[in-house]
Amino acid sequence: MSTTAKDQILTFVRERYPQAEIDASQDIFALGFVNSLFAMELVMFVEKTFGITIPNEELRIDNFRTADTMASLVARLSADLAVA
Amino acid sequence: MTLTDPAPATRTADRVTDRTSARAFVDTHVVPYADVYDRAGRVPEDLLQRVAEAGLWAPFLPPGSGGAGMDLVTLGEVHEEVGRGCSSLRSLLTVHTMVSWTVQRWGTPAQRERWTTLLGSGQVLGAFCLSEPGAGSDTSGITTTAAESGGGWVLNGVKTWTTGGQRADLFLVFARTAASIGAFLVPREAPGVRVRPIHDMLGTRASMLAEISFDDVVLGPDALLGPSGFTAGMVLTGTLDLGRYSVAAGSLGILQACLEASSGYAARRRVGGSALRELPLIQAKLSDMVTDARAARLLVAEAGRLKDAGESATLMATWVAKYFASTAAVRHAAEAVQIHGANGCSPDYPVARLYRDAKVMEIIEGSNEIQRITIAGQAEREKTT
Ligand SMILES: Cc1cc2nc3c(=O)[nH]c(=O)nc-3n(C[C@H](O)[C@H](O)[C@H](O)COP(=O)(O)OP(=O)(O)OC[C@H]3O[C@@H](n4cnc5c(N)ncnc54)[C@H](O)[C@@H]3O)c2cc1C
Repeated sequence: MSTTAKDQILTFVRERYPQAEIDASQDIFALGFVNSLFAMELVMFVEKTFGITIPNEELRIDNFRTADTMASLVARLSADLAVA
Repeated sequence: MTLTDPAPATRTADRVTDRTSARAFVDTHVVPYADVYDRAGRVPEDLLQRVAEAGLWAPFLPPGSGGAGMDLVTLGEVHEEVGRGCSSLRSLLTVHTMVSWTVQRWGTPAQRERWTTLLGSGQVLGAFCLSEPGAGSDTSGITTTAAESGGGWVLNGVKTWTTGGQRADLFLVFARTAASIGAFLVPREAPGVRVRPIHDMLGTRASMLAEISFDDVVLGPDALLGPSGFTAGMVLTGTLDLGRYSVAAGSLGILQACLEASSGYAARRRVGGSALRELPLIQAKLSDMVTDARAARLLVAEAGRLKDAGESATLMATWVAKYFASTAAVRHAAEAVQIHGANGCSPDYPVARLYRDAKVMEIIEGSNEIQRITIAGQAEREKTT
């Protein structure tokens, strides 16, 4: 699950910024091109693609820094969904 | 004609659920009076009440929260119809929509419980406070501050050009916090809030603009809406996105109104023995209005469809729709005045108002220049699949 999620997230980010070389552990905020439009697109993409709703308290920068951390967030919220 | 619409309120018959009922509502209660509102510089209370009775304030909220669960494609169609009748009323709807959606999307259960039903029913009207005397397009330049104090917040600063500010009960205020920019719900009656009406704008003259100042306004912890930190910017992005969608639809409404006024006039007015509409140069103007109205309608509908599907592509689709619809509205409003000749410059025809209102659409919810800068950022990933 999380490998697929990671790949899908990476593809989305790379499509948005084809000029940058981005891998799964790279901090996309440190690269300096994340603006609020892209942040919103990213959150919508993650919610739509993985069928989850990200609660306010999970909308922290640390959850969105890398494809790895986003994939972990997806795995955690999907597990919550399965339990609920 | 007076400000008061003499038609009796018919609660169930006036309920707006789709484009057709919106068109009927607007033709009955808005179109005949829009020029009067424009001259009076306000939308009267009885129309605001009718809008509430029609369920128009925030029909996209869930049933049970004062809404009807309306999808956003339909909402766009409804806002187009309202914009066709009166851009000032559509502007009031736009900012109320932004506040209502933001509470629904980002509010805690307690915030939603407190506000959504009131917003959905129109008992509480919302306004959106971002712009300041020193910061418009550059939202990062805002200087209004919200300082944490005693578990809550203290707000200081001045907001301006607030649509509906003269009338609104609840302000959604963007302010600088220690960490970033936060969104705050501020009731009008909170001590330290002052409202100064702004009159005589170029367009949307009845939209009751105001400058709002906040002087040591003490707010509880529950005034902060949505996350703080990096995602706080998303509250603003999401709110503006929906506002932009509504303005795109409203701009299309202006364009449609120009088309309807111009085609009617061109059929009636005769010059040199023939109707205006027989003249090739006039036909060129009408054909471009028809074509651009159709194109704008497709762009707005596409943005709405993507919103309903939760697709992130809706953000860019909305920028494109608003850019196209607002610039087309300005172009065609100028031509509509041209087709009407001197009559178009007089208060006896609606096109002079449409012309003034259209210009505003190129400035609000992301000016033309900001639109183009943002859309250009899309160029590299724009390919057909
Ligand atoms: C009728 C009306 C209603 C409004 N209602 C509201 C409301 O309800 N709430 C609210 O918060 N605000 C409201 N506004 C304010 C509106 O959002 C701002 O006017 C808008 O964001 C532009 O900001 P500005 O007027 O300060 O222009 P500025 O930001 O000072 O820009 C001046 C000009 O420079 C251009 N420009 C700016 N930056 C760039 C750039 N980087 N590159 C090239 N050109 C640039 C702009 O496009 C514009 O043409 C309203 C305005 C009007 C006219």
